[in-house]
Amino acid sequence: MLGTLQPPRTLSRFPLYLTSRPVTLCTLTAQSPPSTSPAHSQILSIRHSLLTRQVTAAQLAESYLSRLRLTEPHLKSFLHVSDSDAVLRQAALLDQRIAGGEDVGPLAGVVVGVKDNICTADMPSTGGSRVLEGYRPAYDATAVRKIKELGGIVVGKTNLDEFGMGSTTEASAFQVTANPWDVSRVPGGSSGGSAAAVSARQCVVSLGSDTGGSVRQPASFCGVVGLKPTYGRVSRYGLMAYASSLDVIGCFGSSVADTGILLHAISGHDRLDATSSKREVPDFASQFASINLLESKPLKGLRVGVIRETLDEGVDAGVISAIRGAASHLEELGCSVTEISLPSFSLGLPAYYILASSESSSNLSRYDGVRYGNQAVADELNSLYGDSRAKGFGPEVKMRILMGTYGLSAGYYDAYYKRAQQVRTIIRKSFKTALDENDILISPAAPSAAYKIGEKIDDPLAMYAGDIMTVNVNLAGLPALVLPCGFVEGGKVGLPVGLQMIGAAFDEEKLLKVGHIFEQTLQNCRFVPPLIEDDTAW
Amino acid sequence: MMASTIFRSIQNHPLLLYQTALFRRKNGVFYCTMKSTEAQTATQEKQKPPLPKIMKQTKTSDKFSKDYEAVIGIETHVQLNTLTKAFCGCPYNYGSPPNTSVCPICMGLPGALPVLNSKVIELAVKVGLALNSKLSLNSKFDRKQYFYPDLPKGYQISQFDVPIASGGYIDLDLPVEFGGGHRRFGITRVHMEEDAGKLLHSENGSYSQVDLNRAGVPLLEIVSEPDMRTGIEAAEYAAELQRLVRYLGVSNGNMQEGSLRCDVNVSVRPIGQAQFGTKVEIKNLNSFSSVSRAIDFEISRQVLLHSQGQGDQITQETRLWEEGAQKTVTMRKKEGLADYRYFPEPDLPGVILTKEYVNSILDSLPELPEVKRRRYEKMGLSMQDVLFLANDVNVAEFFDATIAKGADVKLAANWIMGDIAAYMKNEKLTINEIKLIPQELAELIASIKGGTISGKIGKEILFELLAKGGTVKGLIKEKDLVQIVDPVEIEKIVDKVLSENPKQLEQYRGGKTKLQGYFAGQVMKLSKGKANPGLLNKILLEKLNAQS
Ligand SMILES: [Zn+2]
Repeated sequence: MLGTLQPPRTLSRFPLYLTSRPVTLCTLTAQSPPSTSPAHSQILSIRHSLLTRQVTAAQLAESYLSRLRLTEPHLKSFLHVSDSDAVLRQAALLDQRIAGGEDVGPLAGVVVGVKDNICTADMPSTGGSRVLEGYRPAYDATAVRKIKELGGIVVGKTNLDEFGMGSTTEASAFQVTANPWDVSRVPGGSSGGSAAAVSARQCVVSLGSDTGGSVRQPASFCGVVGLKPTYGRVSRYGLMAYASSLDVIGCFGSSVADTGILLHAISGHDRLDATSSKREVPDFASQFASINLLESKPLKGLRVGVIRETLDEGVDAGVISAIRGAASHLEELGCSVTEISLPSFSLGLPAYYILASSESSSNLSRYDGVRYGNQAVADELNSLYGDSRAKGFGPEVKMRILMGTYGLSAGYYDAYYKRAQQVRTIIRKSFKTALDENDILISPAAPSAAYKIGEKIDDPLAMYAGDIMTVNVNLAGLPALVLPCGFVEGGKVGLPVGLQMIGAAFDEEKLLKVGHIFEQTLQNCRFVPPLIEDDTAW
Repeated sequence: MMASTIFRSIQNHPLLLYQTALFRRKNGVFYCTMKSTEAQTATQEKQKPPLPKIMKQTKTSDKFSKDYEAVIGIETHVQLNTLTKAFCGCPYNYGSPPNTSVCPICMGLPGALPVLNSKVIELAVKVGLALNSKLSLNSKFDRKQYFYPDLPKGYQISQFDVPIASGGYIDLDLPVEFGGGHRRFGITRVHMEEDAGKLLHSENGSYSQVDLNRAGVPLLEIVSEPDMRTGIEAAEYAAELQRLVRYLGVSNGNMQEGSLRCDVNVSVRPIGQAQFGTKVEIKNLNSFSSVSRAIDFEISRQVLLHSQGQGDQITQETRLWEEGAQKTVTMRKKEGLADYRYFPEPDLPGVILTKEYVNSILDSLPELPEVKRRRYEKMGLSMQDVLFLANDVNVAEFFDATIAKGADVKLAANWIMGDIAAYMKNEKLTINEIKLIPQELAELIASIKGGTISGKIGKEILFELLAKGGTVKGLIKEKDLVQIVDPVEIEKIVDKVLSENPKQLEQYRGGKTKLQGYFAGQVMKLSKGKANPGLLNKILLEKLNAQS
């Protein structure tokens, strides 16, 4: 398979290849031989082909770079692409080590995209904001450092809504990223660049960040797997803070196994992050059993709760039917599926926006133009601050800073911030109860599939409402896995829909196991966007 | 160097920072940095000649002052002497070149996170316990938000509604020269926070530069109850805090370096009135004497306004002490209450103390100044001596070690306060830097008391010991200084002197008895100072008065 990973010749003919295709219903065929092969782990394949010398890291890197070059003009998922010589040099170094029989890390030769609000030494890191235009950090974020140490190659910095504030990636100060499934649509956000890049195979895996759904919603929109780890599982050191008590670095991959392997690589306690957990990190990869080894009811006894409130009014019928389909798929796999209610669910959205805005109003204070980033010319201190920030921040960021400043102000603190914290406690408790009675909870990752660019740009409330499925999970600090489970109509070939699986704190292992089995048994669904469909590697 | 690439001054874009703008910082005054290594205490300072009174108003208000009472509270910031800063691994050394002790964390770079240095908690608990405060077993950090160029994150990590320690008191004894007396002042709270950096202003004021070496250095803010009534009481409160932190070893307490900084609140009310007057905050107090003088000035100013029926002219404001002019001037008027938008610091977990931890620290506390003073008092020392000895923890330890070796308490005190203190002052040495060790001082005192050497020889030996060290026994032996206590030997010397001075002897016997001193001197000289003075005089008198 990987032998064909040469520069894809057909891509040059894009966009002629956006031929229409009927929307398919995915089916479960756990026993019968698959009609289309399920998603496989690119990371494991790469490792295998490198170690068996079927391909070199340099060839691999070159193939990703050339696909990136071809697709990037249509997608604009990257704010910065690494110098290709530098990438190829790193790859060549790996090849030397492999040739010399040296041990190489589990991410050797894996081309990784990194969301631009995650610091990379000597590479621009702007957070998608003018205020940090041209800023190059002095250090690598812990997650990036770990990836590099394990052999991963950072291929570039992906686009995002400014400082992670947004759900479409349209709030980037620099460019709008397109959805590989339909370039007239948004990739979701705020990690839209990272999701689009993996979807279009511009990189193998990517890092995103998730404060209220910023990994899961774009994963759903772009038809890739997105993993939001438990709060504290991954060090936040080097992640530009948006809302510190909610922020987590998350993983994108084209298979559950890839996100699990990437999570394993970046997890663990970090002495530079006081909120990172000291819990042991299980070897998530060990459970990615091959489909052939699965018994007939591989998830027998697993208790799955479908959150009733997430399949309510305001959710697209197509999304609801895809989730219901996924629920029956899980039942077929042996799960006992019941519908459960989380009465506090609807409280999550307002509580989230108060808490996240409040924290962001504080976290963004450091962008004052004094020490780094863009500094306005001013003849007086208040103007220096005012002008640097007025010119540096975009409207969405300004709005959230204002909302957050308001919510923390004397006289309003009790009514807003404090109350929202109380709501958060209630939400945490209701999830705890639900997860005591169920192994996992499921819901859509977003109320709809990807919408058109510009569609919600003037309607922030509608955009905020789109986060309803995801914000509660951040408030509760829980892990959640989003994986494509079906399609709805839209675009030329249909638009992917993501299933969200929510687990108990630090139980990513279970989510990955269930997600992997779900993915391996889902048939007639191929989550490769039309943009690169002709590339036979997928 | 990271510092040179990342650090950026506002130089590129000249900024007119007017004096008023400079002091717009809301949590503290901008401290100028005078270099001085001399530690000082309130008591020592007061021995300086008093500054000329240049405020005319003082006289005018003096006659009214008996009708008014001042109410004074103090906020003190104490820099903790941890090896590294509060939330990062940078060391802090006062006086380092700008931005040489900085990292992504204390510079507030994007993505950097604070991690608490646990030593800060330990030192805070020590101070809380020493101030008889109640410790919060569950406290937390909060963000105090305001913009200023010396505050890299745009917020200061501090503690708001749940400080690590609250309530408590501090005991002190006022200096004898100010009438003496014991005082107990209440402590409202003690909380942990981080220091800000410093602004360096260009000479022509056209631009300012930021030095972040101090940013993130751990501080304790200690807030007093409004229990003080005079400048002296306030200065002594601050001096006692300094003594306390030095005894505890948690800070060098140096005011010139800004390791201990006091902001005072002063209000005045007619005696008998329960309600407080309008309070004025005074900043820029770089010594205990400036604390005392600034407060006295401010009291006079406010009393004068009250007595002239202009009490309403006293507004809630921050005033600056001008050392040169010896007066306070308006720095900024309070425009309502500043809103710092405090909220819990989400980057740091709560601070949880266990009872065992607190008890282990309690057990490790040294003897504190108040306890030491009471003990010295019980030993029979005068309050003057008590205050001198207990003022400096190292002096007190030296004294304690000396008497632990069996030295006479009063004699040990006299030696330390007299010749040893004078020597230290002349040579500009601390007691830890002199070569004399407590054991030898005890030996010296015993040798004099036991008659082995005379007091005069004792002094000689002392200076030898102070400068070069060594042992009393060794020096006595080396220099053959043992006192002559054998009457026969002394008698021989006396006889020799008398026989060599027949003329003076005749005069003496003729009635000029004052010459006794001359003879005594000659005998002492001949004995090389070793003759026991008592014996010498006894034998000399006998011989002089003997009938020939
Ligand atoms: Zn530092």
